[in-house]
Amino acid sequence: MTPIAQVLVCVGALLIALAAVGVLRLPDVYLRMHAATKAASLGIAFILSGAAILLDDGVASVKLFVAIVFQFATAPVAAHVIGRAAYKGGVNLWKDNRYDELEGAATEPDDPVTL
Amino acid sequence: MIFVNIGLVLVVAAFAISLLRVVLGPSLADRAVAVDVCFFSVVAVFALLAARNELAAFADAVLIASLVGFLATVSLARLVSRGRR
Repeated sequence: MTPIAQVLVCVGALLIALAAVGVLRLPDVYLRMHAATKAASLGIAFILSGAAILLDDGVASVKLFVAIVFQFATAPVAAHVIGRAAYKGGVNLWKDNRYDELEGAATEPDDPVTL
Repeated sequence: MIFVNIGLVLVVAAFAISLLRVVLGPSLADRAVAVDVCFFSVVAVFALLAARNELAAFADAVLIASLVGFLATVSLARLVSRGRR
């Protein structure tokens, strides 16, 4: 069991490092968000499951698995909210971006959709 | 154990890199995204320390952090859109 857990921990840490590199190198907020949310959530899930296997404590392992579930429930919410706020706040898209499907939607005065 | 140590080094490197984006990042939304990654790496450090030192109490910290972690991002999003939803 332990070698599997060690590989899980290493792969998870690598994914989080990749997410950080993506946040540093990608060209605009929306692409950075894509790196931050997906790669980092998967990395957290790998690290937490590796730690749950490495810990010889049933209660703590259950807590870590519940934490994975919460992570997958809350990370998309955060990404959605920050992306929406960035678009509404007028953050520009990348210059090579071809399609803006929300064009015009941000300027409507009474948008019924909230948060 | 060596793998957990390698993981700790990688995660701390991720923290430092995304902190660089917090310093650089032109808009407030960039900073919010980068702070999100910083928070993820802190949670990962908690879990790795729990596994490394057999500290089961850190599991509670991980649980609470993954529950309330997105609240900071949501409130930062309110700041980015300047109070408007």
